[in-house]
This record gives sequence, structure tokens and C-alpha cells, in this order.
Amino acid sequence: MLKVDEKYVGQVDMPSSRNWWPVIGTVVFVLCAAAFPAFAKAIGDPSLIGLAIRISIYAIAAASLNLILGYGGMISFGHAAYFGIGGYVVGILYHHFVEGSPFLGFIPGTNQFLITIPAAIIISGLFALVLGALSLRTSGVPFIMITLAFAQMLFFLFLSLKAYGGDDGLIVRRRNVLFDLNMADDTTFFYLTIGLAILYFIAFARLVRSPFGLVLGGIRQNERRMAAIGVSTYQYKLTAFVIAGMGAGLAGALMANYSKFVSPDMLHWTKSGDLMIMIIIGGTGTLLGPALGAVVLIGLETFLTSWTEHWKFILGPILIVIVLFSSGGLTSLFQGWSRKRE
Amino acid sequence: MTLALEQVLNGFQFGIMLFLMAAGLTLIFGIMNVINLAHGSLYMIGAYAAALVAARTGSFLLAVPAGLIAGALAGLIIEFLVIRKLYDRDHLQQVLATFGLILFINEGTTMLFGRTPLFVSMPPFLSGSVEIIPGIPYPTYRIAIMVVGLLVALGLYLLVNKTRIGMLVRAGSTHREMVRALGVDIRMLYTIVFALGALLAGLAGLMAGPLLAVQVGMGEQILILTFVVVVIGGLGSIRGAFYGALIVGVTDTLLRAFLPGFLKTFMNASEADALGAGLSSMGIYMVMALVLLIRPQGLFHAQG
Repeated sequence: MLKVDEKYVGQVDMPSSRNWWPVIGTVVFVLCAAAFPAFAKAIGDPSLIGLAIRISIYAIAAASLNLILGYGGMISFGHAAYFGIGGYVVGILYHHFVEGSPFLGFIPGTNQFLITIPAAIIISGLFALVLGALSLRTSGVPFIMITLAFAQMLFFLFLSLKAYGGDDGLIVRRRNVLFDLNMADDTTFFYLTIGLAILYFIAFARLVRSPFGLVLGGIRQNERRMAAIGVSTYQYKLTAFVIAGMGAGLAGALMANYSKFVSPDMLHWTKSGDLMIMIIIGGTGTLLGPALGAVVLIGLETFLTSWTEHWKFILGPILIVIVLFSSGGLTSLFQGWSRKRE
Repeated sequence: MTLALEQVLNGFQFGIMLFLMAAGLTLIFGIMNVINLAHGSLYMIGAYAAALVAARTGSFLLAVPAGLIAGALAGLIIEFLVIRKLYDRDHLQQVLATFGLILFINEGTTMLFGRTPLFVSMPPFLSGSVEIIPGIPYPTYRIAIMVVGLLVALGLYLLVNKTRIGMLVRAGSTHREMVRALGVDIRMLYTIVFALGALLAGLAGLMAGPLLAVQVGMGEQILILTFVVVVIGGLGSIRGAFYGALIVGVTDTLLRAFLPGFLKTFMNASEADALGAGLSSMGIYMVMALVLLIRPQGLFHAQG
């Protein structure tokens, strides 16, 4: 008998029964986000704005990884590489802008937000295309090891680029320029980041419900079956890998702007691990899981570091307990507003 | 020429160390289908235990069993508390749980022993050098590492191919369910194999002590190289791990030794040093990419 996965069929919404909850949720979230800086200042803790910026940036990065990891079933352990490349694109373009010398002899530097961000996205995508094309020749555990190894390779590359600071990293003295906005102000930058994050998540939601997203889910569930019905799975997986890399590049470029600093640490393998932790805390293969995971992990980090510098000593066991004793992450507690895809 | 030969030997010795790590990792994966990121932590634990005992007692002969026992014991504890619950889980959960172990062990080690690296002095009876090839004095300690590593390789070969446990290991890596159905205590077998892998990691760690700085993070450094070895050699194959380790060890050492000098012929010295160091640490990943293009399953995919 042909076994039909009922839950999976249920994913495809009938047009007539349009669910308004996501729209309402988004509107409420936008209103809350708009009021957040005023709220943070009112309770006398403006540093919360910076925290929220970091959370939204990591939410984008974790969500991009979740596309391949949660929806596509490809466990990439090297996602920080694309995060770091996005950051370095901003850093290197700024470096050449200040020096007035062109990159590679013909590409002029720039500090225009509208140029650096698309450039970061495209360059990260290109790296993901090359490394993904190689890594996707395998699957399973070798894939995990290979993505980790390639990310480490890029880490060593940036470590050795003395022209761009080597292991000291590059300082971006001023944030990129966007129209006449006062980018140095954290509140302005918060609105920009959270706006981009909301747009990213809306696009992401549409992507995973599109035919492309459904095929990707099918590949995760049974790649051989998808190949048998005529889907060239390699191309789908590679496309998803590139899209994921581009998302991480966007997040990295935003991070470089926010912290005004890029260093090889952005590509370090533990950063890839952090992104995976966010996903598993929030729930793999869920739309809002990575965002929730980013809130929890960054929040936990901020809370525990104020208490002890050895916070990872506590995080490690927490992580093990989460993996061993929970199956769906935090979002499984809120099934109503985010359906799990298993 | 003599320098080149010496560097080849160094690469060979580094490869042997990598083999000890890769053999355990690939054995554990082959039979239990578990990816264990904490394998590097076992290496670090072996190195720390040996370094501490050597510093307290001044005797390398006591440090050796200390490193071995610490590695194997840590392995048994980890297997009992965490890994045992991960056998039937998917790889993502294995990666994350063992990543949690790394965070815990690394941070715990930092709290106990601080961030300053420990240095272990060479045991006196191995600190000299021998002329194995006339005209090239070569450190005895490195030769000892090679001898130990080759003996371990031989022992593993005999264990896997000639003994009853080895037979079960081979059977378990091809048809796990069938072995279980035939009434073999597979849990016991898993524990034995895991402890053996941990023992080998501890051995690699204790031998690395006098050559490298013993510090937090040393485990992950070698873990990622071990992954490259395993990917090149083919996951699950001990023979592949052996040849993969030698390829990686020799390539890495030779590039580090000669690439900066080569670059200096047409660049200024400080830039050549930095770029050479970067490119040579990328070299083995290039080899890995090449292997992936030609044989995605690794050079020695066959079980054995």
C-alpha cells in the first residue's frame, strides 16, 4: 500500500480556507517592534536595543541554515563560513573605500549600504555554489565533515590575509551609508535590521510553501523516491544550499555593520555550532523556530555571562538535555502558531 | 635534500598520530553509525592526564598509563551517559549532543587548569636522536611515535580480521540488525569499541604532549583534520584511515615546510610567510576537494 504522510499533505493549504493568523501575528509583531526602542529607553536599559539587533541578525542566519538543515535534511556544519564572507565583503569594500585603492586592481571600494549588502549576498552565494557543488557529492555524515572542513579552510584563508588584518580582523569605522539615515544611531539601525528580518522571514515562509519548498521537503523525507519520480535532486539541493548561503551572507553583512568589526572569528566552526544550537532549541524545520532559538541562545548568553565567564560549562549540559529529552524544540510547545514539519 | 627527507619523516609521524584518531572515529562510526565530535576531547583528556602525571611524578612511564586510562575512562563515562542514548537518533542530534559535550569538557578544563598551555618535557631516554639514514640525525621520540603507531595499526588489523570481536565488529558494520538478531550482546560490543576508540585517542593525546602545547582547543584542531582524513580515506574503513592519514600528514607538513620559501622567490618575506602559512593550511582541504571530485565515497570505501 502506498503510505501517504497525512501531516505532509496537510501542509498544502486550500485557497478557500485561508488562514489569517500569520497576517495578524505579523502585524502585531511589527507594532511591538516599532514600540520596542521607546520601551527599552523607558525602562532605562537602551542596551536592550543592541541585544535585539544581534538577535534579529542571528535569527536571519539561523533561519537560512534551517532551510537546508531543517527543510532539506542537509546537515551543514560550516554555515558560519557564509556569515563570515558576508561580513568580510562589507569590511573589505569599506577598507578599500577608505584607502581609495581598488580591490584586485579594478573593483572600487564603497560604503553604500545598497551596494555592499547585495554584494555580500551575491559573493556568499557564489562561495556556497562552489563549496556546495563539491560537498553535495556526498550525503550523511561525510557531508557534515566536509562542510565543516571547507568552512575551516576559509577560516584559515582569512586568518592569513594580512592585508585585511589577519587574525586581528578589520575595523569598519563607520556603518555603511543609506540615504540620509543616521546609521550610527542604534535605534535607526534596529529599525533597519528588524525590517529586513521581517521581510526575510516573509520571503522564507513563501519559499518553503512554494513548489520548490515542497520538493525540498520531499527530498528530506525520501530522496530516492523523489529521484524516481523524475526530480533532479542534486540541483534542488544545490539551489537550496546557495539560497541558504546568501541568507547567511546578508546576516553577516548586517553584523559587520552593527559591530563595526569583522574578524576570522565570524567564520569559526563554533559559530556554525551556535547556529545549529539555535535551530534545535527552537525546533528544526519550523518557520519561527530559529528566531525563537536566537532569542533563547543570545538571551541565555547575556544572562549567564553576567553571572560567570564559564557560561558554556552550563550551556553544554543544557544542550545535551534538550537533545536527549525533547524532540521538537520549543516551538513544539506552541503548535498553534507554528506547525512542525515532521 | 636531507631537509626534504626529514620533513617527509615528520609528515609520516604526523600522519601516524592522525591515524590513531581517525581509526577510532571511523571504527565508532562504522559499527554504531554515530558521529562523535567529542573524540577530540578524549584526545585532550589523554594529553592533560599524561602532562599532569608527568609534571607531578617526573616519570614518563607513569604518564603513559595515566593518559591511556584517562582517555578510556572518559570514553566509557561519555558512552554510558550520552552516546548510548544517541545510537538510534539522527545525525543532527548526535552532532549537537556531542557538541554540547565539547563545550562542557573544554570549559571544565579551562576552569580546572586555566588557559595557559602545559608543556611536557621529553622523556630522557627518548630525547636523543638516531641516524636511521646515514647523515640525518632524527629525533628518537618521533621514531618511537611511528613505531607505536605502526604497531597499533598492525594490532588493529589483527584484531579486526583475526579475532572473534573483530568478526563481530565487521558483521556489525555491515548488518547491525542481523548481528543483534543472532543474539550477540550488541550493547557490550558497542561499549568495547567505543572504549577502544577512546583509548586510541588518549594514546594520540599523550604522545602529542611533548611535541605540542597541551591546551584547551587542541582536540578540535586535530578533530577537523581527522574528519579530512576520514573523508579522504572513506568513512568506515580502517585501511582508508591509515592511507588518508599518511596523505594528509605528509601533504600538510611538506606544504608548511616549503611553501613559504617557494613564495619568497617572488614576494617579499613577511607577506610570503603569512600567505604561505594560510595557503599551506588550506592545502589538505584542496586534496579533499580533489578526492571528492574523483571519488566522492573516499579512496577506500570498501568495508574493512
